[in-house]
Amino acid sequence: MPPGSNNRVALPHGRAATAVAVTVPRQSAFFARRRRNYRRFIIPAVVVVGAVIIFPWMFTIWMSAFDWKIGSVAHFVGFDNYVGLATNQRFLESIGHTFYFTALAVVFPLVLGTIAALIFHREFPLRGVLRAVFTMPMMATPVAIALVWTMMFHPQQGVLNYLLSLIGLPPSLWVYSPTLVIPSLVLVEVWHWTPLVMLIVLGGLAALPVEPYESARLDGATEWQLFRYITLPLIAPFLVVAAVIRTIDAVKAFDTIYVISQGGPGTASETINLYLYLQAFAFYNVGNASAVVVVFFAIILALALLLLHVRQRTKWVAV
Amino acid sequence: MGFAFSLVVIVSPAILVFLWMLSLSLKNEIDNLSYPPVFIPDPPTLKNYVQVFTENSMGLYFWNSVVVSGCATLIALAVGVPAGYGIARLQAHRFTVLILIARMTPALSYLIPLFTVFQFLGLNNTLTALVITHLVITVPIVVYVMAGYFETLPKELEEAALIDGGSAWSLFRYVALPLARPGIVVGTILAFIFSWNNFVFGAVLAGRATRTLPAAVYNVLTFEQLAWGPLAAAAIVVTLPVLLLTILIQKEIVAGLTAGGVKA
Repeated sequence: MPPGSNNRVALPHGRAATAVAVTVPRQSAFFARRRRNYRRFIIPAVVVVGAVIIFPWMFTIWMSAFDWKIGSVAHFVGFDNYVGLATNQRFLESIGHTFYFTALAVVFPLVLGTIAALIFHREFPLRGVLRAVFTMPMMATPVAIALVWTMMFHPQQGVLNYLLSLIGLPPSLWVYSPTLVIPSLVLVEVWHWTPLVMLIVLGGLAALPVEPYESARLDGATEWQLFRYITLPLIAPFLVVAAVIRTIDAVKAFDTIYVISQGGPGTASETINLYLYLQAFAFYNVGNASAVVVVFFAIILALALLLLHVRQRTKWVAV
Repeated sequence: MGFAFSLVVIVSPAILVFLWMLSLSLKNEIDNLSYPPVFIPDPPTLKNYVQVFTENSMGLYFWNSVVVSGCATLIALAVGVPAGYGIARLQAHRFTVLILIARMTPALSYLIPLFTVFQFLGLNNTLTALVITHLVITVPIVVYVMAGYFETLPKELEEAALIDGGSAWSLFRYVALPLARPGIVVGTILAFIFSWNNFVFGAVLAGRATRTLPAAVYNVLTFEQLAWGPLAAAAIVVTLPVLLLTILIQKEIVAGLTAGGVKA
């Protein structure tokens, strides 16, 4: 293996960073001449991607113009599905729930993940083992984890209420309360994904220069000042990358919510994804569900572009 | 001291949830439902594990998951590794951007059209339909990881081999491919894990006998029995293979994960 070849895989490039910034072309004329040969390597993947990814996109857009339930005849309705969504109270509320869930599920993992990264950036015994333990939640099967949390949230026999009673707090209804259900689901999300933020920020900390710290210490800066005025600005690009990824994932969260609360109680935790699932696979309302998909995708894309715009403005390159 | 304390505070939730899961799976139902909770199983019992395998056909569902995730990963490697190579050598970044957008799209949005087509073809409730759908997860991951990996490989070796008269295919097969083995390992494991963890494809497309493990754990166990011990045992059976695979690629995990969000 060539030296340094692992760097590319190990460093936390952001999506856009990889797509755009890594393209520093060192193209020799040799490779330019052979383009046609290399195109052949991509053809099988283009066929598969066309069939399972691009075709569904096109089909979705097409279906969104029809009033169609599976098993009945489709009627062309143009933009009616979209117009219907714009006045659909339940759908609009699901957008609100999604944004509320997403805001909490981005901010808390970012803060806790940064703290965790600062801890794991130090040298201490068993560091590797503890870091591996800390990152375990990230890959664990979401459905399995959601079932365990369902049991922990149980108001009577759940272990969480027992732990609350140990520190003298009253029992909580957790996911059975319309006001607490989203924060409770966020708790699971925080547990699941804080390790990812930690790993990304840890990558940023590893790349920090030493000199600014030395001179700042000579000037008598406190630990907090070092963090606030040197570390934080330098790891900001990594935080933005983490925020983009966390936002996309939180907006798309499905398994945990579906398993733990099914969007309830009532529709208190019904996010766009949950609403979409019901429309498509409980009511088989394919036309309407397709319109939801298109709007949903537009929202995800808008959020991702917004955050990437923030990164552009920070004027650091996260590579 | 303060440092040790904050370390414990930050690491313990991660481990405690898994330990509680293990504890629930090793206790009988009376202990699982008692309040205050019993933390240490006494005596520990494997009854729950025996039950999920004998009465809830966990063996079958486990096998379904191995077949679906295995086939979807193999097909993804067959088309994705050469594609990654082609993209890296062509600098075909439009294709990479396409892959990233594909990863951003919610999984449900692929499911509705594919479900409709499978319905038309009579493929619903078959493992074939599941394998095809899981390609939505595995192909983008493999292409993304491999394109990144091949870009790090020095081109000089291939140029030298070309002077010796190699074709494009033999350059790939005998020069680039052997060098890319670490990248292939990472791509394979990540694709397999995400396919394995997927719940919603199995929940919608599979029939009773073709469910994948996550769908089965949710459908079979939660609806047919509300006992906590077997549920926790099943949850452990689903998660354990993933945790073992994760340990193999600890360091390389981040790059694969940052591609357009984590979940498919």
